[in-house]
Amino acid sequence: MHLALRIARRFGVFLLSLLGASLLIFLLTNALPGDVAQVLLGTDATPEAVAKLRAQLGLDRPLPVQYLSWLGGILVGDFGHSHLNGQPVLALLAPRIAVTMWLVLFGLLGSLLIALPAGMVAALKRRSWPGFTISAAAQLGMAVPVFWGGILLVLVFSVGLHWLPANGYVPLARNPAQWAAHLVLPSVTLALVQAAVLIRYVRSAFIEVLNEDYFRTARSIGWTPMRALLRHGLRNAAISLVTVIGLQLSSVLVGAIVVESVYTLPGLGSMLLTAVGQRDLVVVQGTVMFLVLAVLLISALVDFSYLLIDPRQGASARSDDGRTAA
Amino acid sequence: MKRAQLVIGLVLVGLVVVTAVVSIFWTPFDPVRVVPGQRLLGPGWPHLLGTDGFGIDIVSRLMVGARTVLFVGIISVGLAAVVGVPLGMLAGQAGGWVDEVVMRVADIVYAFPALLLAILLAAVFGGSTLTAMAAIGIASIPAFARVARAGSLQVIASDFVLAARASGTSRWAIAGRHVLPNLAPLVGVQASVGFALAILAEAALSYLGLATPRPNPTWGNMLRDAQELMWVAPLQALWPGLAIALAVLGFNLLGDGLRDYLDPRLREVS
Repeated sequence: MHLALRIARRFGVFLLSLLGASLLIFLLTNALPGDVAQVLLGTDATPEAVAKLRAQLGLDRPLPVQYLSWLGGILVGDFGHSHLNGQPVLALLAPRIAVTMWLVLFGLLGSLLIALPAGMVAALKRRSWPGFTISAAAQLGMAVPVFWGGILLVLVFSVGLHWLPANGYVPLARNPAQWAAHLVLPSVTLALVQAAVLIRYVRSAFIEVLNEDYFRTARSIGWTPMRALLRHGLRNAAISLVTVIGLQLSSVLVGAIVVESVYTLPGLGSMLLTAVGQRDLVVVQGTVMFLVLAVLLISALVDFSYLLIDPRQGASARSDDGRTAA
Repeated sequence: MKRAQLVIGLVLVGLVVVTAVVSIFWTPFDPVRVVPGQRLLGPGWPHLLGTDGFGIDIVSRLMVGARTVLFVGIISVGLAAVVGVPLGMLAGQAGGWVDEVVMRVADIVYAFPALLLAILLAAVFGGSTLTAMAAIGIASIPAFARVARAGSLQVIASDFVLAARASGTSRWAIAGRHVLPNLAPLVGVQASVGFALAILAEAALSYLGLATPRPNPTWGNMLRDAQELMWVAPLQALWPGLAIALAVLGFNLLGDGLRDYLDPRLREVS
């Protein structure tokens, strides 16, 4: 019952965040002086022409009405229509979702593959050179902007060695080998930069485990530090790491947008930038809303699974309720 | 070792500041005027790092770029601190529903990346230094609010605040006289880390063409230009990236160093 209550509360937070984010997006693109009709017609348009277009686009309605009709549309999957060619935003997004999704997926997996072992070693050997080296490398990696990392990798592997393509994309269904070849550098770029940030979290999560009683007990019965860490530490550190990965998600997505631009991948990010260049506000608005919706939805799902996995959550829920009741 | 972090951070940050200040009065060459006969010179003399695709001295452009980075950082981090710290103090001291509302809104803004905010602003107003600063500043408010809230909760629970309250000092006087001064170190650390994030964000935005446009040099838009010349002049893509990385490293080390210096108990974990 307490679990159900917590899930319900988390769902409430999700709905509230969604409402807040949609309001923020809507106000930024609508309530500010930059007007869609004015932008579309240019600064030398007659006031009559602007007024006519405003009426046509429904911009002469009161703001709350506009907001509700926009939000209502999104709830049924209607993200608006492009001002430039009249196409529905969702139809423009659909063919590009896969590109960004692959990039985010590989970037996230790659960063975990690097950061988990590296962070573990950094924690175990924190007073000797391997730990010091890993921490220093992470510190340096955090300072590298993701697009520069991408440019450097292209310089080495495309310009220098001619091993991998410098840009472009081939769909999986058309040619799997080419698809993979075009995704290697973008994914590695994203993974490396994300891993640098993640290593610090992994390291401190494991250092906390090293200070626990159960770890000392495992050591005292003769287990090696590595064995104790793998048997007990991994599971305990995982709990705090799930939260971090949830938080990382939005930064991976932002990283993917930038990486798409470096490698000219036809994903959601490049679409967003094109729409900004064309001042197609509805497409920008719809795409940003779509991205925010995806981030909020996935982080809510991560939290749900976390509530179900970790039995201690139930216990802490009980003590929470006890305290508020008292 | 930890002291070394602080020293290296200070040196790197100092280097950026000095370069930016000098660039106001002097650069070796004109940082924006196109010189057709001098395109893509390699490193040498008098152009230490060579010239770019427009024949402009790279060192001069890097120096002016440092100024842009500091300007954007100061304004956006300043905005975030001036709005975020009072909000966080309010949330921490008022508690109850005020706390709940302020921190919920902060969570929503926190979930909203600076890049997406900047994209929205650029779509409405056209990308400029101003939209970039506004986006980075707004996106950084929640971090300051959180730090200020956590800090003021800690200060309020301390004995000297209890003593002040017992002697009849008002809420506002306690906030101004006891809480704010004790928050200063925490806010300083957050400002340093926030500065590093602001530099990265500004660079990404200029690279994407959403912030300071050409011909005004920023490290980000220099890399945008350099990428187009990657096949003929690969070295061009080295210097601006190096400048960004060193500046970010400097502010990160300064922040970490300050944190350890102020709170030795955290040394082990962070």
